[in-house]
Amino acid sequence: MLEYKSNYLEVERMISLLFTILTAAAVFSALCTGTPGLTAAALKGASDGISVTLAMAGAICLWSGVSKVMQATGISRAIARFLRPLLEKLFPNAAKDADTLGAIGGNFTANLLGLGNAATPLGISAVRQMQAASGGNAATDEMCRLIVLNTASIQLIPSTVAAVRASLGAAAPFDILPQVWLTSLCSAGAGLAAAWLLGRAYA
Amino acid sequence: MLDLLIPLILLAVSLIGLWRKQDVYGLLTEGAADGLRLLARIAPSLIILLTAVSMLRASGALDALTAFLSPAFALFGIPPETAPLMLIRPFSGSAALAVGAEIMAQYGADSQIGRTAAVMLGSTETTFYTISVYFGASNIRRTRYTIPAAIIADFVGFFMASLSVRLFG
Repeated sequence: MLEYKSNYLEVERMISLLFTILTAAAVFSALCTGTPGLTAAALKGASDGISVTLAMAGAICLWSGVSKVMQATGISRAIARFLRPLLEKLFPNAAKDADTLGAIGGNFTANLLGLGNAATPLGISAVRQMQAASGGNAATDEMCRLIVLNTASIQLIPSTVAAVRASLGAAAPFDILPQVWLTSLCSAGAGLAAAWLLGRAYA
Repeated sequence: MLDLLIPLILLAVSLIGLWRKQDVYGLLTEGAADGLRLLARIAPSLIILLTAVSMLRASGALDALTAFLSPAFALFGIPPETAPLMLIRPFSGSAALAVGAEIMAQYGADSQIGRTAAVMLGSTETTFYTISVYFGASNIRRTRYTIPAAIIADFVGFFMASLSVRLFG
């Protein structure tokens, strides 16, 4: 976790900027249109932050518990094994090294199970090992592929979103699952296709 | 069938856990404690970011943005009300969660707009954050075509989220 602290600063600056832009847009728009009630809205938003957190707390804790059991019983490892042939096809160079392939497999499995916090360190260590193997400071085709697959967010159980939906009174919080799967698959497919086409252009 | 999804997962996981002689209950509670720590990290961002989003909604700026982007979004069949979510999604996970939750609350969790926002949240990632963290930690300076490829994937994700909710509810 400590390794990417330095880069964290940049990310934090980005969010500071984001917050400032959002607030400036709100103040500017309220001044221009003479809209009242901005103070009340600010305080309401802050209090919504707490109510949203509390409302999804139970579901998030439950899912964290389930994922803990999945890790302890080897269900995660079984999924990673199942994914191996596919990953060897997608990452032929990285697959030459067992450690790198292991990190990629772990990264995928954590993403599938919706464990973003576990996925990030594994993904970083995979990219680092790929960088060590390639030696340069340029992203290789396989690194791009790994990033695109990560940003397409292929999740079996999008537990956080379901928790938010449940907290806002959705009748069946998980009934968006097929749509989420379909969307993720299309987005990953489009990303891989784009990476393949752009890779030929950049070669 | 989806209605039984979580109960079935709970059942399967605890059966496998018992069969593998694991302390299922202990692991579940340990994980729940991890969940609380995670929430303690998310809550401060949600409070601050929802303050900004709530002001943005009340000031009329979100409606103006929606109206402005409406024609372009109509072309792709994407609800323009989800524009704030799409704009913030690539940068910050907690900001996207805040905006998404606000959209679902505003238009209803089971409305077409609310469902589209939920599918978008579930099937996209914080693209620029991921790229900056993964490449930053491994000294990759030339990202080559990673950013355009990832943006194409994101756009297809937003488009498919809207299409799939329109087709399948």
